[in-house]
Amino acid sequence: MNTQVADTLHKAVADTVAKGNDSGWILHHVMDNKTLSFEPFGEIHFPVINKLFGYNLGFDIGPTKHIFFMWLSALLVVVLLTIAARRYRNGNLVPKGLSNFFEILIVFVRDEIAKPTIGKGYEKFLPYLLTAFFFILFGNFLGLIPYSATFTSNISVTAALASMTFIMTQFGGMRSNGPLKYFKNLVPHGIPVFLIPLMVGVELLGLFTKPFALCIRLFANMIAGHTVILALIGLIFFMHTVFVAPVSIGFALFIYLLEILVALIQAYIFTMLSSLFIGMAVHQEH
Amino acid sequence: MFSYMYIGLLASESSVSLIDVNPGLIVWTIVTFILLLIILKKFAWKPILSALDQRENAIKEALEKADKAKQEAQLLLQQNQVQINKAEEESKKILQQSREYAEKLKDDLLQKSKEESARLREDAMQEIERKKNEAFASLRNEVAGIAIQAAEKILKQNIDTDTNTKLVNQYLSEINK
Repeated sequence: MNTQVADTLHKAVADTVAKGNDSGWILHHVMDNKTLSFEPFGEIHFPVINKLFGYNLGFDIGPTKHIFFMWLSALLVVVLLTIAARRYRNGNLVPKGLSNFFEILIVFVRDEIAKPTIGKGYEKFLPYLLTAFFFILFGNFLGLIPYSATFTSNISVTAALASMTFIMTQFGGMRSNGPLKYFKNLVPHGIPVFLIPLMVGVELLGLFTKPFALCIRLFANMIAGHTVILALIGLIFFMHTVFVAPVSIGFALFIYLLEILVALIQAYIFTMLSSLFIGMAVHQEH
Repeated sequence: MFSYMYIGLLASESSVSLIDVNPGLIVWTIVTFILLLIILKKFAWKPILSALDQRENAIKEALEKADKAKQEAQLLLQQNQVQINKAEEESKKILQQSREYAEKLKDDLLQKSKEESARLREDAMQEIERKKNEAFASLRNEVAGIAIQAAEKILKQNIDTDTNTKLVNQYLSEINK
């Protein structure tokens, strides 16, 4: 029985390879590209822009699928939160509807993330944390809508976001401790003198591993669910049988529900860790 | 066997990789994010966060006020209770006093009326005694007068015994009348 299944799979894989129809389509789907595809209704092709003001950039700065959804999500965040903020004009303090919903998230970020991890002086970093939280949250949820793409599952995006956190962390640390003292305090006190060169290296490395971990965590988490769903659906076509469909769809649905949870959790984790790193830099151990 | 081939298939797509970094995307992410940060800070975070702070302060103040009002009410209630107790005591005292006064008054009146009645009785007794004595005296005088008259008549008509007897009988019958 087992060998039979293996044979079937073997044959299926051999078939697809023979047809030149390999699993690259999964990657193609989860990766960034220059077309916005609305099968079967058509496609939108984005222009390639290599030059800016006559200066050759050496890379394409034109919109892509992920840039498009990034802008869409940014627009949504701005529109919805501006509407939510409008209710508080004229000293009205009673929230309602949309304001109420966003207020829960804002208060959550403020009281559960920023306050406990940064402590005194958290107000300065709250706009950054809130913006990161809502930007990532909207991006994650936008990716769950059919025909859309998850721009937070692109390593370039997560790297850029993580570098923003890195900049905020260094900026915050230098601002509250003074630049010299900040770097001096990076090395723990009371360690043997001969270990200091080693510790300097380790701590400097630690500065960069923190945002690197942030970047990889968000990227991997957001891409994993989509890849699994695609692979499960692909299994139906891969095995040339419709009988695998109920299993595939069932599992895909389960993963999709999991993705909803992951979308929220990853936005929370990114914000939480950013806040934690900022807090560690602002209130260094002495 | 299968798994190796699958990995091979993924790897065969070497021209594009998941961890390819696209500089354009990085630039756009940073630009978008910074713009988003600036716009949201001005139009969303500032009004919302200040409103939240305001509301929290308002709630805190309202609660403090309510607490204060409650304490004041408690104090007032206590004061009222004390006053009520005082008033009750006062009224009890007044009642007691008035009762005592009434008792005393009653006793006094009784005593007085007793004395009065005793005095009246005494007076009446004396009056009776006086009248009795007076009556006795007048009776005595009358009797003496009658006796003298009788004696006079007897002496005037003392002719014979028959007439005497008659006379005596006549006078006696007169007296008896």
